[in-house]
Amino acid sequence: MATTAAARPRPRGGLDPGLADKYRDWLRQMLLIRRFEEKAGEAYSLGKIGGFCHLYIGQEAVAVGSLAALGDDDYITCSYREHGHALARGISPQTVMAELFGKAAGCSKGKGGSMHLFDASLGFLGGHAIVGAHIPLATGMAFAAKYRDTSQVAVCYFGEAAVNNGAFHEALNMAALWKLPAIYICENNRYGMGTALERASAIYDISERASSYDMANEVVDGQDVLIMHAAMERAVQRARTAKIPTLLEVRTYRFMGHSMSDPIHGHYRTKEEVEGQRKRDPIALWSQRLIAEGLMDEAAIKALDKEIIREVEEAYQFAEEAPDPEPEELYRDVYAEDGGGRGTADTGS
Amino acid sequence: MAVVTYRDALNQALREEMQRDPDVFLMGEEVGVYQGAYKVSRGLLDEFGPLRVVDTPITELGFAGVGVGAAMVGLRPVIEFMTWNFALLAIDQLVNSAAKMRYMSGGQVGVPAVFRGPGGAALQLAAQHSQAFESYYAHVPGLKVVMPATPADAKGLLKSAIRSDDPIVFIEGEMLYNTKGEIPEGEHVVPLGRADVKRSGGDVTIVCHSKTVSIALKAAEELADEGVEAEVVDLRTIRPLDAETVLSSVARTHRCVVAEEGWPFAGVGAQVVDTIQREIFDDLDAPVLRVTGADVPMPYNKHLERAAKVDSAKIVSAANQVLYRGRDA
Repeated sequence: MATTAAARPRPRGGLDPGLADKYRDWLRQMLLIRRFEEKAGEAYSLGKIGGFCHLYIGQEAVAVGSLAALGDDDYITCSYREHGHALARGISPQTVMAELFGKAAGCSKGKGGSMHLFDASLGFLGGHAIVGAHIPLATGMAFAAKYRDTSQVAVCYFGEAAVNNGAFHEALNMAALWKLPAIYICENNRYGMGTALERASAIYDISERASSYDMANEVVDGQDVLIMHAAMERAVQRARTAKIPTLLEVRTYRFMGHSMSDPIHGHYRTKEEVEGQRKRDPIALWSQRLIAEGLMDEAAIKALDKEIIREVEEAYQFAEEAPDPEPEELYRDVYAEDGGGRGTADTGS
Repeated sequence: MAVVTYRDALNQALREEMQRDPDVFLMGEEVGVYQGAYKVSRGLLDEFGPLRVVDTPITELGFAGVGVGAAMVGLRPVIEFMTWNFALLAIDQLVNSAAKMRYMSGGQVGVPAVFRGPGGAALQLAAQHSQAFESYYAHVPGLKVVMPATPADAKGLLKSAIRSDDPIVFIEGEMLYNTKGEIPEGEHVVPLGRADVKRSGGDVTIVCHSKTVSIALKAAEELADEGVEAEVVDLRTIRPLDAETVLSSVARTHRCVVAEEGWPFAGVGAQVVDTIQREIFDDLDAPVLRVTGADVPMPYNKHLERAAKVDSAKIVSAANQVLYRGRDA
C-alpha cells in the first residue's frame, strides 16, 4: 500500500487553463497569509499581541495547496502555528487578527489567542498547543466520519518534531488499523524549535514512519503549491473512496524564528541556510509560474498585493478598535450550562 | 426494586443509553470480545456490534484523544480506562484537550465524553495499581468528576454523565463491582452535582464518597453502638461539589469528619474543609478532621496495606475526636 514520491508522476507541465481563477486565488491566499503574518509580527513587537506568536511565513503553500482540496464539511485540526491555515480555510482576517489581539470579536472570542483559533462553522477545530496531542483528536474525527458513514475526511497538521511523540504513533496506528479517512500532514520545516530533524529523529524520511502502520504516504514539496495540492487531492481521494488514511511528509521551511522571541536564524541554523531556503519562496515560485503560464502579469500581481495589504490593514484596524471581552466572559464557556457567574470552586475573595 | 450488582448497574446504564442514542459508543481496552476487564461491558458487543463497542490497542493517550476528537464533532463516546492508574498516560488529553476545548474555542466546541473505569485500591495490587486520582481531575475547571458508591447511583449517575454536554471523569470503585443493591425499576437517572445523605444523624457528619461510603456507614453503625448518631453524606459528584448538602448537615451536627481513599495532600477533603470553614465557621464546635489513605505509595504486604487504607476504626476515632469523646480514655 505504501507509495513513495519517487514512484509518482509529479504534475509538471501545463496548468489547466480552466482552473485559472483557482490558481490566481491560491496566490491571493498565500499573499494574504504572508502580509497578515508580517502585520502580526509588527503588532506583536508593538505589544498589541500577547503570549506566544508563531508565524507561518515560508510555509504558505502547504496550507493553501492542501486546504484547497477539501470540502466544506471536512474537519481540520492544527498545531499552534495555524494562522495561515485559519485564513486559508476562510476565517476572515478581521476575526483572526482580533483573536490575536484578544478581542471579543475574535474567532475564539478572545479566549484562545494565537495558538487556539477555532471556527466550528468551517470545520476548523482548533489550533492546539501541546505538541502532537491533537493528532489523536483528528483520528477521533475520522472515526466519527466512519461511524456516521459520511464521506468527510479529517485533516491534521503538525510539525516534524511531533512525530517522535507517542500521540503520533498511537493515532496513526489506530487510523490505519480501523481504516479511517484521516490525512496527517507533517509540515517538515526542519526544526522543532531549535532542534534539527536529524538531532531528534532516528529516521530522516518521516514518510517512512508510515510503513510502521502500512499507511499510504508521500513526500511532498511544500514550497510548490501545485504539487502540494495534487498530493492532497490524492490523499483526499484515498480517504473518501478507499477510506484509508495517508501520511504526507511535506518538506517546507519557516523563514522566521520559531516564535517572535526567536531571531530569524539563532544558534541552530545559519544565515546562509535561511537565505538559501528563501530562494524557494513559495509565493515567488508561484508568481513566476503564473507569469510564465500567462495567467497573470507582474502588474496584476502587484495590484493584488496592494489590495491584500489594504485588506490586512483593515483587519488590523478592526482588531485595534474591537472591544475587549466583557468581564463576565471570564466565567463563561467553562461548562455547557455556564452563563457566567462564579466558578464552582471559587472562593469569591 | 431489583437487586443488582454495581457492575451490572453500570452495564444497564450503558445498554440503555446506547439503545436510546445512536451517537453513544463504548471504546477502550478489552471492552468488546473480552467483555470488559471487569465485565462491565458484558454482552454489549453482541448487541451493538464492533463499530459501537470498540476494542483498542493499549494506548490510553491515543484512544482518550480519539474520544475527545469524536466528541468534538458531536458523538458521545464512553471511553473506558481499564483502571485510572493507566489513565495517567492520557491525562494530557483530559486536562489539555477535553477540559479546555469549550473555553479556548470561545464556547464553540464542547466535548460530551465520559471517561470511566475503576479507581482506588483493590487488594494487594501494590503501588502502581492502588491509587485514587479524583483530586487530580477535580482540580481542573472544565471537567466534572463523578464517583458513585452504590449500584443505584452507579446506574443513575452514568446515565446522567453520558447525557452531559461536558467531559466527565467517572471513577468507579474497583472493590465495588460485586456489591449489590436495589435499583428502581424503569428509567433511573441521578442528577450530577447532588450529594446524598446515606444515613441521617444529628451528632457528627461524615463526608465521604465512593468506597469510603460503605466504610463510613460501618463506622456509623459502630458509633451508634456507642450512642453517637452520625450522618453520612455521600458526595457522589466531587466536582461540582454539592456544598449546600454538606453545609446544611454540618450546620446541624456542628462536627465533621471527611474521609477519602486518596492521599492527604491537596485531597478532596481539603476542598471540603475549606468550604466548611469559610461558609459556616461559627457553626463548628470542633476542627474538621480528615481521614485519608496513608501518605505513602501503597505497599504490597497485606498488613502494611491494611494500615495504609481508610477503615471504619479510623473514621470512628476521628469522629470521637471531633466529639471530644474518649480522648483521655
